[in-house]
Amino acid sequence: MTVERHRVLPGTYCDSVLLMRLQVALEKEPGVTTAAAVMATPANREILEQSALWSDEFAAHRPDDLLIVVRAEGEAAAAQALERADTLLRQRSAARGTGRRFHSLERALAEHPDASWVALSIPGAHAAAVARQALMADRHVFLYSDNVSLDDEISLKTLAGERGRLLLGPDCGSAILGGRGFGFANRVERGPVGLIGASGTGLQTVCCRLDDLGVGVSQMIGTGGRDLSAAVGGRTTRQALALLAQDPETEVIALVSKPPAAPVAAGILGAAAGIGKPVVAGFVGGGASQRLGQIELAGSLEETAVRAAHWVGQKAGVHPSRGSGVLAGYFAGGTLALETALALARWLDPLHTNLGIGRAIDPAAPEPSQHRLIDLGDDAFTLGRPHPMIDDTYRLARLRQAADDPATGSLVVDVVLGDGAQADPTGELAPLLGQLGQRATDRGRDLGIGVLLVGSRDDPQDREAQRRRLAETGAQVFTTVGELVAWIAGRHLGPVPPSDHTPVDASALAAAPVIHLGLDSFAESLTGQGTEVVAVDWRPPAGGNPRLASILERMKRG
Amino acid sequence: MIDFNHANQTAVARLVASRPRLTGVATARDVIPDLDEDTLLHAGPPIEWERMSGPLRGALIGALLFEERATTPAAAEALLAEGAIRFSPCHHHAAVGPMAGVISPSMAVYVVDDVEHGHRTYSNLNEGYGKVLRYGAFAPDVLERLRFLNQRVGPAIGRALGVIEGGAGIDLRALLAEALHMGDEGHNRNKAGSLLFLRHLAPAIADQGGAEVGKILDFLGGNALAVLNPVMAACKAMADAAHGVEGSTLVTTMARNGTDFGIRVSGLGGSWFTGPAAIPDGLYFPGFSASDANRDIGDSTITETAGIGAFAMAASPAIVTFIGGHPEDALTATLEMYEITVAEHEHFTIPSLDFRGSPVGIDLQKVVELGVTPRVNTGIAHREAGVGQVGAGLVRPPIELFEEALVAWADRYLS
Repeated sequence: MTVERHRVLPGTYCDSVLLMRLQVALEKEPGVTTAAAVMATPANREILEQSALWSDEFAAHRPDDLLIVVRAEGEAAAAQALERADTLLRQRSAARGTGRRFHSLERALAEHPDASWVALSIPGAHAAAVARQALMADRHVFLYSDNVSLDDEISLKTLAGERGRLLLGPDCGSAILGGRGFGFANRVERGPVGLIGASGTGLQTVCCRLDDLGVGVSQMIGTGGRDLSAAVGGRTTRQALALLAQDPETEVIALVSKPPAAPVAAGILGAAAGIGKPVVAGFVGGGASQRLGQIELAGSLEETAVRAAHWVGQKAGVHPSRGSGVLAGYFAGGTLALETALALARWLDPLHTNLGIGRAIDPAAPEPSQHRLIDLGDDAFTLGRPHPMIDDTYRLARLRQAADDPATGSLVVDVVLGDGAQADPTGELAPLLGQLGQRATDRGRDLGIGVLLVGSRDDPQDREAQRRRLAETGAQVFTTVGELVAWIAGRHLGPVPPSDHTPVDASALAAAPVIHLGLDSFAESLTGQGTEVVAVDWRPPAGGNPRLASILERMKRG
Repeated sequence: MIDFNHANQTAVARLVASRPRLTGVATARDVIPDLDEDTLLHAGPPIEWERMSGPLRGALIGALLFEERATTPAAAEALLAEGAIRFSPCHHHAAVGPMAGVISPSMAVYVVDDVEHGHRTYSNLNEGYGKVLRYGAFAPDVLERLRFLNQRVGPAIGRALGVIEGGAGIDLRALLAEALHMGDEGHNRNKAGSLLFLRHLAPAIADQGGAEVGKILDFLGGNALAVLNPVMAACKAMADAAHGVEGSTLVTTMARNGTDFGIRVSGLGGSWFTGPAAIPDGLYFPGFSASDANRDIGDSTITETAGIGAFAMAASPAIVTFIGGHPEDALTATLEMYEITVAEHEHFTIPSLDFRGSPVGIDLQKVVELGVTPRVNTGIAHREAGVGQVGAGLVRPPIELFEEALVAWADRYLS
């Protein structure tokens, strides 16, 4: 049976809109067919009269009385609805967040001038345009999106360099900046190791291993998989190196990547060598570990982490390379020459040899005034001449000539002892090296002289006496190729030409909030780390309508 | 190539600089351009009789009865249907009217002067609540009230304006700026503005003396929408100031006739871009529901066009229940409109946003790019003539209008 029941709350003023909502809520109550909640003004009473919820009793009420009327299927439903009305009227809705989301990056940028980062995980076809907009507004960009063209990557990174901002990506999976993890990021302690890498999972692996070793991470900078390609030229990696060089939190730098393209590699390690902080370069698949001046090459992710951890707390003895001139090396031992050349060929560019590595040297032509390693025991040089193990005359002439070239920065020779070798191999060599070194010093030149000495304790030439005599001339004497290579690299890696990019300000990397466009899970991850996220509900311009999008594009270009 | 951003800045600067003053009340035929005895003005874009909704038809019938061109509704309807009367949008005559927006030659109208740019705009007088012409009612008591407005209220206000500020009338921009600080948003809520309006007029009307002074003041004071019509004319003056800037993509008209929603664009001359008006999403008076609602109707969207109304929702927490019920929703509503506008109003500021200027100057380009259409606060009319208002709520124009307009803009300026 349908009943109409009402309640009057005298002197209870409620805004009409609130009452309309109350009415909507009451009509959703079980068994309720119609409801009304109005102030008893003459106009409202007139409306009630029309709506058949009228009761003659209402005529007596005043405009400041609140009338609640329900029509329901039965007394119980009506009573329950009226009770519900009381509850709803008492209830003060809890404050809640605005959950404001922007529609356009433009507004988000304008209203958050303090946001230093824009994180993008939107479809690649649109990512370049949005990244460009962020860079033009002087924000760093974390670009998770893939399928960004190589041309776009180059132009975006050039723009980033000009504006002193980082463009991490495209296809950048992971980064930690100012203590915040972007994309896929692990929860690791902050600490002294700065990581740079093209590979997201490679970076993640190294930072986790470091964490296990009790070493934290200062910044982790993903560069995108193509950064060390010849076309992109390591633009972001070099920016990142320069950034970590000046970042006070970073003591040790670790690079993680596939082996870089040859012309890029020299530039990257050259830049790394100029920093004055230890650098561990883990080029996965790049071959054996080796030392290049202050740079350590590691052959695996694990080794990269371990070597980087080893450097922590050992700041002493690391000096930026000055890159003094070119290397001129004259070997009697072919294998010694070969191993040295193999270790250096990727990083000293160009390197001339007669060993089938780097650029070929013509034995008949004048020596090039560039990095060179020459095996004088090669047939082309011993034709009509004694082998240098037996007679050094020809090598000494070459050394004199090289020392006279003002471009020469280092002279390298090997001395091999043993039965059958010269009775006193440094008898002529040592005084000459001493003389060449002295002359260079007199002329204000920095000429380094390195000697690789191979012999046993019991060799007839007296290895120790030979070593001492060489050392007294000021030459560096090494007994392994690895040591020689490290010394050469320390002198000749870099310097790279002054970088054309505007320095990135490390102190601003942590500034909040982060403007986020794209995957909700990344935004939630940032929020979970306590970072304020400004969400932009990005959608393709004009909803993806190609005709309209083309008009918008033309309007913006104009 | 045309720099639309520059053009928009020029246009919006003119809009913001506009200084509308309510200077008088006159008879429509004496002041409104191109309004002859056989013309009736209506809200929204142009429309023919066959496609008109109930409330608009009812208001036109009422207007002919009021003009004594017909003695019965049936006779009036016959005249209207046979093409004896020309229908013309208020917007083609520098005028605006709420809901049906019907203005006939004998009606008293407000005269607003943009003293900055020197042009004039017009609006009819607000009839108050209940059964009224603007909702399509034409019963004898409706016509009676219209006559009272025309013969008593209009002339009294006109005489008052003649002496206020030495005849300079009421500075509507200043009145609106103040009302926004008193909880109005200028479209759905005009309580504060109407009281300010009454406060300006009351002394001068009281000075006129006469038997009906109390009744006139009571009528004005009892109508929380009394100032809506002058406010709309003021907004029209602002929007007109921004219209006609070469290359501009600023929207200078948004209006509905109960069937179609139409917009016009500063740089696209008199062209209308129209599409089906929506049923507002709103809250209904007791006994009514969305099935009773007419499609969106009225010129009052001129308020949003000028940067108030839904655009200034953050100033009006009292009516926030329309859009979700929480003060934060009001802030969000206004903040969203900054995304599609090109400026912040110098004179209309919002206390809850730290006195930031309201978002002003709707940019077609931004609307299309983001797919965000302007928000509009609105009253909801019953779909049958004469029932009146059945609720209030929020509506947005269809995106297609803006897309069409953008294509037209490109055809004109990009080829």
